[in-house]
Amino acid sequence: MSESYQTRECDVLVIGAGGAGLRAAIAAAQAGCSTLVVSKSLLGKAHTVMAEGGIAAGLANLDTPDSWEVHFADTMLGGQLINNWRMVDLYSREVIDRVYELERWGGLFDRTDDGLIMQRAFGAHSWKRLCHVGDRTGLELIRTLQDKMVHTAGTEVLMECTLTRLLTHGDRVCGAFGYLRNTGELIVIRAGAVVMASGGWGRMFRYTSNSWEGTGDGAAMAYEAGAELQDMEFVQFHPTGMIWPPGARGILVTEAVRGEGGILRNSEGERFMERYDPVKKDLSSRDVVARSIYKEVVAGRGSPHGGAFLDIASRRSAADIRKRLPSMCDQFEALAGVDISKEPMEVGPTIHYTMGGIRVDAETGASTVPGLYAAGEAAAGLHGANRLGGNSLGDILVFGRRAGAAAAESAKSLGAKPAVSQKQLAGAEADVLLPLAHDLGEKAENSYVLHRALQEAMQDDAGIGRSEESLSRALTAIGELTERSTRMRAGGGRVLNPGWHTCRDVLSMLTVSEAIVRSATARRESRGSQWRFDFPEKDAHLGQINLVARKRGGAMKVEERALVPMPDDVVTRLARSRFFDPAALPSHYAGKVPAPGPEAH
Amino acid sequence: MAGALPQGSDAVPQPGAGLFSPVDGPPTPESGLTGETITLRVFKGQPGGEMGYATHEVPEVTGMVVLDAVHWVQRNQDSDLACRWNCKAGKCGSCSAEVNGRPVLMCKTRIDTLPRGPVTVQPMKSFPLIKDLVTDVSRNYETNKLIPPFTAAPDDGTPWRIQQMDIDRLYEYRRCIECFLCQDVCHVNRTHDLSARFFGPRFFVRVASLEMHPKDILDRRDLLHDQGGLGYCNITKCCTEVCPEDIHITDNAIIPLKERVADAHWDPVQWVARKLRGSSAKTGERAADK
Repeated sequence: MSESYQTRECDVLVIGAGGAGLRAAIAAAQAGCSTLVVSKSLLGKAHTVMAEGGIAAGLANLDTPDSWEVHFADTMLGGQLINNWRMVDLYSREVIDRVYELERWGGLFDRTDDGLIMQRAFGAHSWKRLCHVGDRTGLELIRTLQDKMVHTAGTEVLMECTLTRLLTHGDRVCGAFGYLRNTGELIVIRAGAVVMASGGWGRMFRYTSNSWEGTGDGAAMAYEAGAELQDMEFVQFHPTGMIWPPGARGILVTEAVRGEGGILRNSEGERFMERYDPVKKDLSSRDVVARSIYKEVVAGRGSPHGGAFLDIASRRSAADIRKRLPSMCDQFEALAGVDISKEPMEVGPTIHYTMGGIRVDAETGASTVPGLYAAGEAAAGLHGANRLGGNSLGDILVFGRRAGAAAAESAKSLGAKPAVSQKQLAGAEADVLLPLAHDLGEKAENSYVLHRALQEAMQDDAGIGRSEESLSRALTAIGELTERSTRMRAGGGRVLNPGWHTCRDVLSMLTVSEAIVRSATARRESRGSQWRFDFPEKDAHLGQINLVARKRGGAMKVEERALVPMPDDVVTRLARSRFFDPAALPSHYAGKVPAPGPEAH
Repeated sequence: MAGALPQGSDAVPQPGAGLFSPVDGPPTPESGLTGETITLRVFKGQPGGEMGYATHEVPEVTGMVVLDAVHWVQRNQDSDLACRWNCKAGKCGSCSAEVNGRPVLMCKTRIDTLPRGPVTVQPMKSFPLIKDLVTDVSRNYETNKLIPPFTAAPDDGTPWRIQQMDIDRLYEYRRCIECFLCQDVCHVNRTHDLSARFFGPRFFVRVASLEMHPKDILDRRDLLHDQGGLGYCNITKCCTEVCPEDIHITDNAIIPLKERVADAHWDPVQWVARKLRGSSAKTGERAADK
């Protein structure tokens, strides 16, 4: 090391302070571990606040036929059956307890007339299932967990710190290296175990509902440390993002608008979802609705700015709309000058969520690298090829807790914490400081320019629809940008320098983009969010595997991992979903599900 | 943007078909560029170094907010200009600053709502400056640690029943996105620098959300009266005026709390009652009157 750096030591290091990170930290601290939560932003600003619709849980407070089994079936079918069924099983059972736990920690939920937790309808959920408070459930969840964590003995928070590398001892992760954003000081954290709860990545796309933080640092760091990144081709377009004015493009319009009765219309006033999905209509799964809007626009039936009209004004009273969708009213009034209780909104698909992530064990969240755990959007497996709305807030609670507890056990079973390799530290330091140091004259590259170029490539060629040709263009662009990224130069100093910080973000985004494009290329089929124009149908073999990207010999390789098939008694649960279609069942499950009962549909 | 697409056909769409065409281009209705220029005066500097205002000419885009203009400056003219932001949708409360002297969220402040002429952007005044538009707001997180958290009576294992009217009342407080604009504008902090003895509007809202929760059993009135410095607030309502979430901080949080503290400490009837009962004014756990 050429300069001094801050050092910290803890049993469990939690990277990320969204819902998954906070829930993991609470679990680790309650298990008796000293727990350090590192957050790239201020505490309480993580992307969880953007989750609006609610937490899906089979409480059956309104619709009595609902249960965890139906929730299991809906989630598997939504994910096109390439979810890790054991994760879905744990999830749909435990999310019920996690909702009640959140309430007992002070979280608010809207109520039924009987005073029970209110639930609302959402896309591709068989019954009213989303526990919510207005349209700000994510904020409620993060504030409740934040407060619980701050007051749980053994936790500590380090805000506005970017971690750039996982440190390893042998094959085990033993800490992380990074810098404090506000001072530029370097920091080394030694830890018994690490929970990666760093969320997803959308910033490599031009139009996204993600904040600046969604650059995939966690996935990139895990990849560099040897972890497998699974299902990276599955990137969710939320069907309804704002599209006008230009500065607001991509900002999320909650699915709760449709959950509360809103419908989509094209420029001819037609409720076009009746054509694309006659059963679920406007509340079809997100992949289907996003593609339908895209098709309407391409067919010349788009709204003036290239999207669709979302109409709630003609469906509910103005008072109802203000009560149930307050932040949507506010958002459209402030940013677009639109009163949604009187006029329709203009909406179009926006990059919203990443189903892929670090490959983990269902029970513990353990990655394929010892000492490294992952939970929430940073992990893969629960959502398969497409996530249902309301399943991410549940995901972070259920698997945040599990990963935190498992990391604590792992840290406790470790004797002394292994020493940190000086060679690794020197390499990490050189990488981080490079953009401030080297003098390249005219050959220097601007990190903002590279970021913008990557966004163009990914949006146009690896976006909502893909082909061999477009993906190959994207991969070429990523290769060129990766080469140029070695010459990124940041002006200014170490103190709070966004130009320098963006250099790091670009490197993470390039790694993650490469994994997305390589996986999307290898998945020569259309399934869930992956829409291949050149392979419009599902492929039987690809329905029985996940793809993983991993580092081998310094280069990224995509490999197949066989899915563990559902046991016969689990497959039969699929028929509990109102949307189960026996004809759509893949051949390896054929004949294992009894015909749906008379109450279906 | 629809104009760039093949019209009236159901042909298989191709990637890069122009559904998302870039907005940086010539001033056309599609690009959103208005052809006008905004003069942005942005505070730049850090303690111990040079400090002042840098002026930038920013191309105006329809519906542009102040944060868009600051981002344009970062991308095109000053890559190390520091500002905090996250969601850019008014939901996280990160991009607090003072625009033309008024504490606002930059992501919700449309340029076309400001008077014509230069737009001045400064950091929040009541917090220590770190650099450019970023201040050190960490003391808010320390204050929060002083407030005893939500505490319910021991669990009987059955789902809680709470009435919607209780949720509606609490929801107003829970809408707070911790932008700290109320802490910034409050003269107790801003002019009198009493933040060490004063929780401030944000945390009175926080305490109100706990005190008025039907399942919470703690009593935080002494804390408000002593450590919280509730009495310093003389209800000028500046906090309410700047709240981007339209929380009626003064009317619905601070005044009801002041009334509760007054009940506990100054009500002569209650004082006599306490004397007769032999209990002290000090309050603690009180499940009964909630």
